[in-house]
Amino acid sequence: MKLSNLVAAAAMVGCLGSVAALAAEHEVGQKDQQFTKASVTVKVGDIVKFVNNDDIFHNVFSLSDAKLFDLGSYPKGEFRDVVFDVKGVVEVECAIHPDMKMTVNVE
Amino acid sequence: MKKSLLFSLMLLVSLGSGAEELVFDPGHPSMQQWLLPDVPPQPENNKLNGARIELGKHLFFDPRLSKDGNMSCGTCHNPSLGWGDGLPTAVGHNGKVLGRASPTVINTGFNSIQMWDGRKATLEDQAIGPMESGDEMATDLKRMFKFLKANNGYRDLFQKAYPGEGVNKSTLTRAIASFERTVISNTSPFDRWVKGDENALSKEAVEGFKLFVDKDKGNCAACHRGANFTDNGFHNLGLKSFAAAEPDLGRYKQRPLRLMKGAFKTPTLRDINQTAPYFHDGSATDLTAVMEHYNVGGLVKTNLSPNMKSLSLNEKEKKAIVAFMQALTSPVEKTETPELLL
Repeated sequence: MKLSNLVAAAAMVGCLGSVAALAAEHEVGQKDQQFTKASVTVKVGDIVKFVNNDDIFHNVFSLSDAKLFDLGSYPKGEFRDVVFDVKGVVEVECAIHPDMKMTVNVE
Repeated sequence: MKKSLLFSLMLLVSLGSGAEELVFDPGHPSMQQWLLPDVPPQPENNKLNGARIELGKHLFFDPRLSKDGNMSCGTCHNPSLGWGDGLPTAVGHNGKVLGRASPTVINTGFNSIQMWDGRKATLEDQAIGPMESGDEMATDLKRMFKFLKANNGYRDLFQKAYPGEGVNKSTLTRAIASFERTVISNTSPFDRWVKGDENALSKEAVEGFKLFVDKDKGNCAACHRGANFTDNGFHNLGLKSFAAAEPDLGRYKQRPLRLMKGAFKTPTLRDINQTAPYFHDGSATDLTAVMEHYNVGGLVKTNLSPNMKSLSLNEKEKKAIVAFMQALTSPVEKTETPELLL
């Protein structure tokens, strides 16, 4: 590998590393058949950690254009992370319990 | 100071844990979460009043609203049959046998989402659904509104119920929803026991209640939770019908997620004695069959709700849960069908 390529690769890793370091983590719980937050505002690249605190299984999904995902179902104490990588408003729901709704505003 | 702070913290912890703990005594504060109000919530543009309820009742029981003049809302939601039809699945226009059971109207006013698959958000949204469906009332809406506007009795009632708003889809559906919000069950033996009447429930029913809410025993309250005994949620119960070549996919058509394939809304358990047969496909003839289904954890496991599991209840325990569910039925209030408006 040429030295210039090595330097470029190192710079890229450094750059990715700094992006990862800058990404913030936000926590949203599921408790008493509600999300613990009605909305959170995050920056592009931030992570939202969805934690189930109920005795029953929950799901987390979104069919929003800004982020399409389905985390399946998981029991109390478990969590799933979602990286929000596109700016926009993401409507999040639990498919099992549609009364559970919240919004992630990605800026 | 340090001692008093410690004491305060201990008191808070004690109060905190005490508030969550259930004490199965009649009238105990921890039981009051199962008390259902007399009046369900209403939207801002459709507050309950006598004129709206009266109009809604006339519309609900009027067969002239259907295409052939032979079906009303009350045909499939018959007050004598627990506001259902007593059939495994509904029978619609021209005698067509439909795919799902007629859900009861009882306490639907407390539901935050309507229909087995949740495709209607409110009672107002739902009310016109059967009229618009060619398989159900198959109503010619243009002809129906012409009839209602020409009918003096209806014209007067619409004016009293919704002054100046006219006879239209909005006023019609709001009136029917208003009437449906009066179909309430909250005076069962269980309700009397919750309020403090220690003789209202048998010992067996109280034992059944404990098993019902115990997640390691009956696990029923995982879905049949709260005062109306529903989580307003969607679950695949592993019914035999889900193994059909082309099964009813239920909620999946509204929310195309794998988890929702074959999932249907949790019904209320109130007035359950009157609403057999059970499940969305009417496949369980009685509550004993329902308990057996849950005890084995469902028959078809391919997309079973994660909140279901086999229970290993013995015969005595299953009987106790059935006794508890039977105690959720309120005394029947006589419903008189209204005279035909001319």
